[in-house]
Amino acid sequence: MTTYSDSLADRFRWTISDTLTITRRELQHWRNRPGVLAFNWLFPVLMMAMFTGLLGGAIDVATEGSYVDFVMPGVFAMTMFFGLEGTMLAVSTDAASGVTDRFRSLPMSGLAVVAGRCVADMVNSVIGLAVVVMAGLLFGWRPDASGPAIAAAFALLLLLRFAVLWIGVFLGLKTKNKEAVSAVQVIVWPLLFLSSVFVDTATMPGWLGTIAAANPLSATATATRDLFGNPSLGGGSWFAENAFALAVAMPVLLVIVFLPLSAFTYRHLRR
Amino acid sequence: MPEREKDLAIAAHGVHKKYASAPALAGFDLEVARGSVHGLLGPNGAGKTTAVRIMTTLLDADEGSVRVCGFDVAREGRQVRRRIGLVGQYAAVDEELSGRQNLVMFARLSRLSPRAAKARADELLERFGLAETGSKRISAYSGGMRRRLDLAAGLLVAPEVLFVDEPTTGLDPAGRREVWDAVRGLVRGGTTVLLTTQYLEEADQLADQISMLARGRVVAGGTPAELKARVGDDWLELVPRAESDAARIAQIVAPWAGAEIHIAHGRVRVPVADRTSSLLGAAAALRDAGIPLADLAIRTPTLDEVFIQLTGESTLQGVPA
Repeated sequence: MTTYSDSLADRFRWTISDTLTITRRELQHWRNRPGVLAFNWLFPVLMMAMFTGLLGGAIDVATEGSYVDFVMPGVFAMTMFFGLEGTMLAVSTDAASGVTDRFRSLPMSGLAVVAGRCVADMVNSVIGLAVVVMAGLLFGWRPDASGPAIAAAFALLLLLRFAVLWIGVFLGLKTKNKEAVSAVQVIVWPLLFLSSVFVDTATMPGWLGTIAAANPLSATATATRDLFGNPSLGGGSWFAENAFALAVAMPVLLVIVFLPLSAFTYRHLRR
Repeated sequence: MPEREKDLAIAAHGVHKKYASAPALAGFDLEVARGSVHGLLGPNGAGKTTAVRIMTTLLDADEGSVRVCGFDVAREGRQVRRRIGLVGQYAAVDEELSGRQNLVMFARLSRLSPRAAKARADELLERFGLAETGSKRISAYSGGMRRRLDLAAGLLVAPEVLFVDEPTTGLDPAGRREVWDAVRGLVRGGTTVLLTTQYLEEADQLADQISMLARGRVVAGGTPAELKARVGDDWLELVPRAESDAARIAQIVAPWAGAEIHIAHGRVRVPVADRTSSLLGAAAALRDAGIPLADLAIRTPTLDEVFIQLTGESTLQGVPA
């Protein structure tokens, strides 16, 4: 028979152990369905190839240089942003199928259910980011910055991923049907294009450009462009001037809002 | 906690639960002795799932108290979760993992060491005839294999109380006996089983005690034999051609009724002591009254009859017995 102890140290130890178990579950999902995983990693590369290959020629004029240097930091931000769908779909599927209820019926740590998801999704996104970085290098993208600046750029990207992770957990817990997931999969597109990911927001109509510049995606894209030493354009706007501060503050704000909301919603599955 | 409740695996008193639309439980009471199999019977929507979700700490009650193994489900959820197992619709397994991966994962989350978790998973796969298919994904399992894996997932840590939902739905007779044997084996080992089902046969086969649930509360309880006895030995069943005649029929045949007459879905059910005289007497009286009948028969009660009598939509009150 298993023996139990409720000391703080034991509970901490079990939370770590449970988190690893849930993380391992996600890795097993990947191994069981490598096709889905590969598609998710390659999709941003496809988008990048489309934009640089098909549209890059037309946009080059405006950027007065290499479009690939402009667009790659945007593509990195997009890759992080797309993680939202993966997180949401996984959380929603678990809630709808009853797997979440199984976890909640076990003497395991509730925190570990989300922590395991968090670790697995971050690992997934780091790999996805590595894939698209390598593709970018193949297409001729070159960062022109010091090591610490490049590290800071990647840190900002992962911070954005961490922020959308909590939006994904929250939406996944709230929506238990596939239709809602599909709706979010549609909504991400206007959110993506209404940003400085692919084009300079200064080329948009004034009011629209302002909204696009205020998009958290734009802040991360612009700030990482600056850190990578790539052309960022959009100069002059308040958002572009403060891109770095915003690329830190906006994801942090999203986490401050959505992490407690997710925890609250998870607990209120009991209602 | 009252001394007596220490001997109970489950003690629920006055449980109320209301969803946005309608009440799911309205004064639910249940006492289950340790080491017994208790059948919770009811149609869809009676509140079975809500009751089990509250007893397994998945849902909070609005009112009332629930203790499982002596622990309060609202305040001592962790203690309760260490002592229970869930089988069936209440908690799913991961479709994208293999049977073995599922069992090892849930065993680890139930506090087994990595080595013990693997050993336990293999032992259960072997016991439920899944050793060969243990490395296949659940989504590729047949219905029967899936049921057996569900059962295995509920048994990983030899729970003190096992909650089982319709464990044999969709199984062939051989699979059904296999599952029933597994449940009986557990009870011999000291596990208490709460079985929820819509199928009376299943409850009749397995349960020591039965509680019948209708509209959020337990309307009758006892051993299967006691419940059958409650209905009386035989029924006279009358089906009028026009449903509107049912009440008049009940008045006319009242002299032969050995207990309360019930009307449900246009059928009049009259508990009778003497089969022949009541059949002949009632038939003659109705012929004289000129009420056309679609059917007239004597029936011997099954648990189904008990169930329909106790949960039927319409009952005729106040007809003299």
